[in-house]
Amino acid sequence: MSLLEIESLSLTIGDTPILRNIELSVAPGEVMGLVGESGSGKSITALTVMQLLPYAARTTGRVAFDGIDILAASEDQMCALRGDDIGMVFQEPMTALNPVKTIGEQVAEGIRWHTGASRADAEERARKMLDRVGLPAAQFPLSRYPHELSGGQRQRVVIAIACALKPKLLIADEPTTALDVVLQAQILDLLRDLVAENRMGLLLISHDLAVVTEMADRITILRHGEVMEAGDTARTLSEQLHPYTRQLAQASMHVPARARTHEVGQGQPLLRVDSVTRDYPGRRTSLFKRSAPTRAVDNVSFSMTSGQSVALVGRSGCGKSTLARMILALDGPTSGTIRFRGQEITGKSEADLKSARRDMQVVFQDPYGSFDPRQKVERLVAEPLHVLEKKPDGAERREMVANALHEVGLSPRDMDKYPHEFSGGQRQRLSIARAIITRPKLVVADEPVSALDVSIRAQILDLFAELNQKLGIAYLFITHDLIVARAISDEVMVMHDGRIVERGKTSEVLDHPQSEAARALVGAAPDLHRAIARRLREQG
Amino acid sequence: MTLRLDMPEENLASILGKAFGNRSFLAGFAITALVAAVALVSFLWTPYDVTRLVIADKTQAPSLAHWFGTDHFGRDILSMIMVGARNSIAVALVAVGIGVGIGVPLGAFAAARGGLVDEALMRLNDLVFAFPALLSAIMITAIFGPGAVNAIIAIGIFNIPVFARVARAGALAIWQREFILAARAAGKGKTLITLEHVLPNIVTLLLVQGTIQFALGILAEAGLSYVGLGTQPPMPSWGRMLFDAQTRMVVAPWMAIFPGMAIVITVLGLNLLGDGIADILDPRSRRRR
Repeated sequence: MSLLEIESLSLTIGDTPILRNIELSVAPGEVMGLVGESGSGKSITALTVMQLLPYAARTTGRVAFDGIDILAASEDQMCALRGDDIGMVFQEPMTALNPVKTIGEQVAEGIRWHTGASRADAEERARKMLDRVGLPAAQFPLSRYPHELSGGQRQRVVIAIACALKPKLLIADEPTTALDVVLQAQILDLLRDLVAENRMGLLLISHDLAVVTEMADRITILRHGEVMEAGDTARTLSEQLHPYTRQLAQASMHVPARARTHEVGQGQPLLRVDSVTRDYPGRRTSLFKRSAPTRAVDNVSFSMTSGQSVALVGRSGCGKSTLARMILALDGPTSGTIRFRGQEITGKSEADLKSARRDMQVVFQDPYGSFDPRQKVERLVAEPLHVLEKKPDGAERREMVANALHEVGLSPRDMDKYPHEFSGGQRQRLSIARAIITRPKLVVADEPVSALDVSIRAQILDLFAELNQKLGIAYLFITHDLIVARAISDEVMVMHDGRIVERGKTSEVLDHPQSEAARALVGAAPDLHRAIARRLREQG
Repeated sequence: MTLRLDMPEENLASILGKAFGNRSFLAGFAITALVAAVALVSFLWTPYDVTRLVIADKTQAPSLAHWFGTDHFGRDILSMIMVGARNSIAVALVAVGIGVGIGVPLGAFAAARGGLVDEALMRLNDLVFAFPALLSAIMITAIFGPGAVNAIIAIGIFNIPVFARVARAGALAIWQREFILAARAAGKGKTLITLEHVLPNIVTLLLVQGTIQFALGILAEAGLSYVGLGTQPPMPSWGRMLFDAQTRMVVAPWMAIFPGMAIVITVLGLNLLGDGIADILDPRSRRRR
């Protein structure tokens, strides 16, 4: 018998239908993967099971958990279920924990609430649970606060809270999306072990097909609030009977067509980084004392030529973004020099940097945060024109913006809209339009596609590739996602603890990694082909 | 390549269109306009002369002759409220103006520069903040003499750190955003970024604080007038009227009720107006209405 059974569930908010006839079930000890792009209704489905829906939501159909009719359950009944029989893990470990409570209190809270255990008993159980999720007492006493932990450690605490009472069902909504690949692999291992130990049902929600394939026994694919296809993971993904399944699978492995690639060391270097180091001053421990400085970037040297596409890969916190900021002259190195087109850009005034800025632009990760919400697209995209010798007049400016929008596949009519009127993918296109409007020689892109859905991601990667061919722009891609690196770069540099530990042709580094850091990244990266193959092999 | 550029510019008409669709703006605008109109009319005409004392008519309850009643000197409360409107509003508005005019640039500058400059400016701010406002206002008016102008200056000075702080806090948050980094990568300097990106994004914050400070300004003027350092008799002000009424609450409650209502309505009107303007200026709020 199934643990969770959802039958013909429909949900509307106001007059807008959100879910239509959802069918889904999870058996004890089974991992069910729920896949779909943003807005497909994955999270709403999870919230329906928890009955944490917004007030305006109206549901029809049947949701049964362990024999209880969830849709008819009272709030009191749900309170007893939530956190006890059903646990939930959220995407963002940075905000899922209360910053003013210790991790011990937060894990013990649910135990005391549901079992009425004494403080000492609850703390003892909390301790055991934290040990189980890989946070041993020696390093992680109960008295630690969330800000003292890294992202991966915090997600372990969130999992400890969710699993503290050995729930029958765990709902994990994008549990690893905010983490780098190595942490992702560790967290997925942990979840897999917990499922096996407690015969827990796991509803794993993700936009990442590869992650779900590695984890889930069965898979349900959602689109626009409807189930497109459901079934055994390996069979569904190897046969790809439904066109949308095929589309998703292809998009997640998409490699843009690039006519020519640029070889290493051709011609004059466009960018030359010479033994650059960046220290951040340590925290002030008293009026006269500081703790030792943190070295974010440690003696990094490399160079790039025109038109070359280089990926800088590494785990979160390895110094990638700091290095990028220094290259963009938004931050100065503690020592070392950076030369762009032969000119030194370190320690220059903003006025002296103008000509360099014209040829150097940036695309950020977050398509929501990188635009001033109060300005229209015309002004936003035209922002870099500020550095031109001769400032274009109004009509010229509109013409240039229109051209840039056209180049990234948007309509010139979009010029008079505000950023909130665009979807995430469209905003990333705007971001690229802004970056290419001055016809730069180098674009630094900091995780430019990691916030996007797979199909949108494929389109944006194509756009990057196309612009590289058409305009000869060199790219420095900063990413933790090896699939992106493989798709778009000629060369890969692997960064670890502030140093560049490996550099070479993309295929060579990714297929035959030499350094330990590179091997860890490659080993942990989810790969759809490999995952499907393994599943098929296991099933014989 | 030619592209057709036939897009409508967002002009005054569309902003006005938005304004007329915004209920809170309309209500706020109506109330504020009414108060302003009353203050303006008082220059030309009031039902009675507020400087003439008619002791025979003292503390009369509201009647057809005196709609809002009379005070302890027999003056018409309605006329006093009309004349008081211009004093109270002028004092509060100019004082808020001083606070915004000096405090916001100071706060924005501190946020943009950071480091020692920021630290020094903010500690200076704390210093002004640390003085009890009323006491220092008394000190200032004691030195420069009592009167409405000095009261304005005194209240205005204490608005500076309030706005500096709010502006700095808001600006610091905006400086952390990625679009600021994008603007810096586009070669824009700190002044330009402050003007183009930071200030427009903290306008809402400042408007809300502005309406609060306006209300406090009216009360502060009342306090100063109470100790004899604000508006000088025989010119009435709302605050003065309230304090005159204080000891007569039981025998002549109308003496307190009507000026009190005048203050409440004015502050309410400004609050609604502020909210409305904030909504209209925010492009994201457009679809909601």
